[in-house]
Amino acid sequence: MEAGVEGSLLKAEVRELDFFYGAFHALKRVTMPIYDHKVTALIGPSGCGKSTLLRCFNRMHDLYPGNRYAGGGIVFHPDNTNLLSPEVDPIEVRMRISMVFQKPNPFPKTIYENVAYSLRVRGMTNKSELDGRVESALKGAALWNEVSNRLQELGANLSGGQQQRLCIARALASDPEIILFDEPTSALDPIATASIEELVTELKEKVTILIVTHNMQQAARISDFTAYMYLGEMVEFGVTDQIFIKPTKKATEDYITGRFG
Amino acid sequence: MLQATDLNAIRAIISRAKRWDLFFSLLGILSLMVGILTFVVLFVDMAIQGVPRLSYEFFTSFPSRRAANAGILSAWVGTILVMLVTALSAVPLGVAAGVYLEEYAPKNWITDIIEINISNLAGIPSIVYGLLALGLFVYYFGFGQSILSAGLTLALLILPVIIVATRESIRAIPQAIHEASYACGATTWQTVSDHILPYSSAGILTGVIIGMARAIGETAPIITIGALTFIAFLPNAPFAGDPPAGMFDWIFAPFTVMPIQMFNWTSRPEAEFTVNAAAAGFVLVFMTLAMNGLAIYLRYQLRKKIKW
Repeated sequence: MEAGVEGSLLKAEVRELDFFYGAFHALKRVTMPIYDHKVTALIGPSGCGKSTLLRCFNRMHDLYPGNRYAGGGIVFHPDNTNLLSPEVDPIEVRMRISMVFQKPNPFPKTIYENVAYSLRVRGMTNKSELDGRVESALKGAALWNEVSNRLQELGANLSGGQQQRLCIARALASDPEIILFDEPTSALDPIATASIEELVTELKEKVTILIVTHNMQQAARISDFTAYMYLGEMVEFGVTDQIFIKPTKKATEDYITGRFG
Repeated sequence: MLQATDLNAIRAIISRAKRWDLFFSLLGILSLMVGILTFVVLFVDMAIQGVPRLSYEFFTSFPSRRAANAGILSAWVGTILVMLVTALSAVPLGVAAGVYLEEYAPKNWITDIIEINISNLAGIPSIVYGLLALGLFVYYFGFGQSILSAGLTLALLILPVIIVATRESIRAIPQAIHEASYACGATTWQTVSDHILPYSSAGILTGVIIGMARAIGETAPIITIGALTFIAFLPNAPFAGDPPAGMFDWIFAPFTVMPIQMFNWTSRPEAEFTVNAAAAGFVLVFMTLAMNGLAIYLRYQLRKKIKW
């Protein structure tokens, strides 16, 4: 095990994962651990495969033809399920792992319905139960105070930062085991970015977080572990402080100090 | 770098470049006018001839040998009933086909061939649909020369329009919304029924109305399947008979439609019948415009609620 991770439980392990977009070998024997109730950041230059790796976790690649998990897998703990196994239904995976996207993408529905949707697909119909879960998800996403009196307004009427928190509430409502964040602040202004970052650090009390970011300061601020990827390979994984202060690999150091990338 | 003294040169370049703007906008206006003026002249001519003929009796009388007594009762009732059958059969089929092709169909050569064929279907002359329907609906299925046969024929005719409109409006939904639904754990059907259909309904509706507006004026396929030109009775009122069998009497009734009534009148030698035809034409155009108006209103209402 890596240094400084004693006492952290494993939530998932990526094991020698190979992934192809058609003929393009996008992930090459990637291996990394995901620790329970920690924030793990994936960093690296554009096209390095960090978003590709993230989207393996909820089988988003299954939506498009030509994508292929070619070897290895993602083992999910405690039940030891390989998330990428063809026998595992991608919907089951998405019920356990939710996602927040790069640009806020609320449904063109009311604020209430946006959050309630995650619960409705899980068959929840009881009004008071839904009300309670929607409220606690909105509180968890630090949005409740701003929207409690206008739950029936369209989600699109909120500001960009609020929309992204609405999407976080939607991802949180179903009590997932992991939330994936795909550059969640790249479409937001600095103030909204700060509020999302604060939220992510608070959320790890409840859930394991995997976040892709192109902003290294962000990774340094909010993550416990950092993985540096380049050209589809995992160059270095470690405790965030160690990666940023004394990386063991020259390539990581070059990227972090801005000499490359 | 350009110097301040080059200002005149810059202005000369701009005004030369802008001449193309002017040229193109004039060309555009001219092309528009060709279409609009032709329509206006036709419509005004028809209105001048026909509008004085419009009266309560014109709408409530059956056709007659005497031009002054003849009316369009059986024609407009027939048109509405045929359109009802067309809409009820073409909309579910067309929307389902469009959704299947966009959301479910595997992306392979079979799907490609189906797609190409659907585009081609839209270009087939309507008389060919009439011949197909004569063989298939009228004789093979034994529906006869009925409202059902006519409605299904026109449904086939506008099916490609509805399929294409459905696909276009589904494609207009951002991929991110799509992914958001799946990421919540939705199945394909949940994604379709909770998101895809509600968000694309405005576009689908537009396609449906464009298709219906085309179908309402179609004459050739309806004549081919053998619609009568002289109908002096009405079918039983839809869904009014004894259920269950009696409710559907009307779909097997003989019928006529507005364009056939017009065609019939224009082929008469007496000038008074030409006036009747113009009046019927005015009503038909009005029906089409009313449908388009409804479509615009509904689209506006639906789009208000949808922002990405």
